[in-house]
Amino acid sequence: MIQPAILHTAYALAHAPDFVRYGSKPTRELPANPGLLEEMTAALRPWDEVVAYPPNQVFIGNLSPDELAATPRPWYEHLVPDASPIGPWGRIVTQAALYGLMKLCDDFDLLTITEAVAAEAREELTRFEHRRDRITGVPPEDLAALIGKHDGLTLYHRGEVAGFLRTAHEQDPSLDAHVLFENLACKATAVLAVNDAFDGGPIGPEDVDYLLNTGEEAVGDRYQRGGGSLSKAVGEVVGCLNATGSDIKAFCSAPVHAIISASAMVASGLHKYVVVLGGGSQAKMGMKFRAHLRNGVPVMEDCLASMAFVVGPDDGTGMRVRLDVTGKHPIGAGSSAQHVYQALVVEPLERAGMTMTDVDRYAVEMHNPEITEPGDSGDVPKTNYRTLAAMAVLRGEIERDQMDEFSATHGMPGFSPTQGHIPAGVPFLGHALAAMRRGEMDNAMIVAKGSLFLGRMTQLVDGVSFLVEAPSEPS
Amino acid sequence: MDLDDQANVSRLAEESGTDDMLVVLGQPDPNSAGLFAETVTRGDPTWAGPLAGVPLGLPVYHILEEEIKESMDPDLYQEHVGLMELSADVDEIVKWVKFYREGGGEA
Amino acid sequence: MDLKGKRIVAIGEREGINGPSLKLLAESAGATVVFSVTQCFV
Repeated sequence: MIQPAILHTAYALAHAPDFVRYGSKPTRELPANPGLLEEMTAALRPWDEVVAYPPNQVFIGNLSPDELAATPRPWYEHLVPDASPIGPWGRIVTQAALYGLMKLCDDFDLLTITEAVAAEAREELTRFEHRRDRITGVPPEDLAALIGKHDGLTLYHRGEVAGFLRTAHEQDPSLDAHVLFENLACKATAVLAVNDAFDGGPIGPEDVDYLLNTGEEAVGDRYQRGGGSLSKAVGEVVGCLNATGSDIKAFCSAPVHAIISASAMVASGLHKYVVVLGGGSQAKMGMKFRAHLRNGVPVMEDCLASMAFVVGPDDGTGMRVRLDVTGKHPIGAGSSAQHVYQALVVEPLERAGMTMTDVDRYAVEMHNPEITEPGDSGDVPKTNYRTLAAMAVLRGEIERDQMDEFSATHGMPGFSPTQGHIPAGVPFLGHALAAMRRGEMDNAMIVAKGSLFLGRMTQLVDGVSFLVEAPSEPS
Repeated sequence: MDLDDQANVSRLAEESGTDDMLVVLGQPDPNSAGLFAETVTRGDPTWAGPLAGVPLGLPVYHILEEEIKESMDPDLYQEHVGLMELSADVDEIVKWVKFYREGGGEA
Repeated sequence: MDLKGKRIVAIGEREGINGPSLKLLAESAGATVVFSVTQCFV
C-alpha cells in the first residue's frame, strides 16, 4: 500500500457584506419586516474589523487556536493589531475580488457587474491570467436596463446596485437566479482556495489526477436537482487539465468522507494526487442575524469560506493519513452521543491499540461560538469536547475532575464560520500540519458529523473521522 | 425554536388540546434548554415564530430531570443519556427548565 | 412522575439527546410520542 498524506492545505474567506441579504434567513425575513435591512446593514462589520477578527486570523493561520483560547471574549472587541489578510495557509479577500472571481467562473454569461466593480476586482485579483479578460463590467445605465428587462437577482456593492444575475430558465426552479447565485459563489470561492493550494505546495495544477468537491450546493437542472458536480468546473478554472472529479455529498461530514476517500485512492495507486475542496455556503450567510441584532452584537456571518487539501503519497513532508484509524458511524449503531463517539473515536483508536489520551488534539465541529451563542445555540465545540471528556471518564482514562483539563489540552475553541461543511474538523488541518512540521505535535483526530435528518429522508445522523500523524521526516 | 416546529407544536395543542401533553427536551446546554422551555410555556421570546405571544403553558421537562428519568427504562436511559449526565451542566439545565415550568417567567 | 398515557412532544438536539432517542425513552415509560424532532443549529 502507498502511504497517503495530506501534503498541503489552503483556506480562504471572502468578505461579502452585500451578500448577507441573500442568505436563506435574511431572504425570508427581510421582505416581511420593513426597516430590518437597514438595521442589519448597520450591524455588518467593515473590512478592517473582519480581517482583524481573531477567529478569522486563526482560520487563515496567522493566529493559533491556543492564542485564540487566551484571547478575552468578545473576540469582536479584541481585534488583532496590524492584522494581515494574508496568512501562511490562507487569505481573506474583499467583496470586489469575489465579484471578479464569480465573473471569471461564469461560463454562461449569467452575471453582469458594473465597470467600477470590475476595475476594483481586476486590481485585486492579480492572478488567473488566462481568465482575467472575463472580468469586465458595463456602465450603470446598461445594468439598469438589463435589470428592467430580465428575471434575476439584483446584486449590491457597498449598498448600491452593482450587478445582476439573470435566471437561466424561467420555468426551472433549479436554474433560478438565486440558486445560481449560491452555486456560482460556491464555485468562485472554491477556485480561490484550490488555486492557493498550489502556491508553495508540492504540486502544480496539472499534476492533479482527481478532484473531490464537498460543498453543499445543489448543482443541476430540473431533472437532476443537486445531482451535478462542481469538481471539474473548479478544476477547469485553475488549470487542472489532467484531472477529472466528482462530488461527495454528506452534509457537514462531506470533507472528512472526502479526505478518507482521497487517501484510499492514493493508497490503492488509483490516483497519485487528489485535491479535496469545498466552496462557501451563501445560504448560510446571516443565518443567526436576528439573534445577533437582538443581542446588540455584529452580524458575524458575513464571509464565505472555502478550503482545499492536496492528498498524495507521503513524501516525508505531509501529515500521514492513517487509513487503519478511521471511524464511521454505521446505520445500525444508534444515534445517541455515546453511540456516535464510540463509533467515531473509541473504536478506531482501540483497533490501533491506542487510548483517547494518546491523541494530541481532536478537531470536532469547529463552529465559532461567538456566532452561535447569541441565538442560545450554545458552544458546539465545547459541548463536543465535554462529551469526549465524559467518554474518557467512562472508559476510566481520566478522573471526573480532569474533564476541563482534557477539553483544554485535547480540544480548542471554535474558529470557523458557520458555513455547513467547512467547520467539519478540517479547519484545523493547516494548524496541525504546521505544528507537526515544527515537531510540536504527533497526531490529531479529525471528526465530523452530518445532520442527515435535515433532508427529511431519514432520522439518521452521520459521522466519520480519521487520524493524521506527523511527517516521517520532521523538517 | 425552528419556526416549523413551533407551528407543529401550536397545531397539536390547538387540535387536540394540551391535556396530558408534556414536552421533553434534549438540549445540551442551559441557554438553549431555557429558550425551548420558555417557548412552550410563555411563548417564543424571539417573537419570530407562531408561538410568539402564545403562552401554551405546557409542562416541560428536560431528559436529565430525575422526575421523568425514574419512569424510563434504566438500561436504555444509561445507553442514551448516561454520557450527557456526565458531560452536561445538569444543575443549570434543570434550573432553567424548572424555572419556566413553574411559571417563574411570568413576572 | 408517571408518564403512562401522556402525549409527548420530544424536542431533541443533535449535539445533545436527539429526537429518536427521546422517543425511545418516552415510549419505554409507556407514553405516546405525538411529535419528535431533532434540532440542528449549525
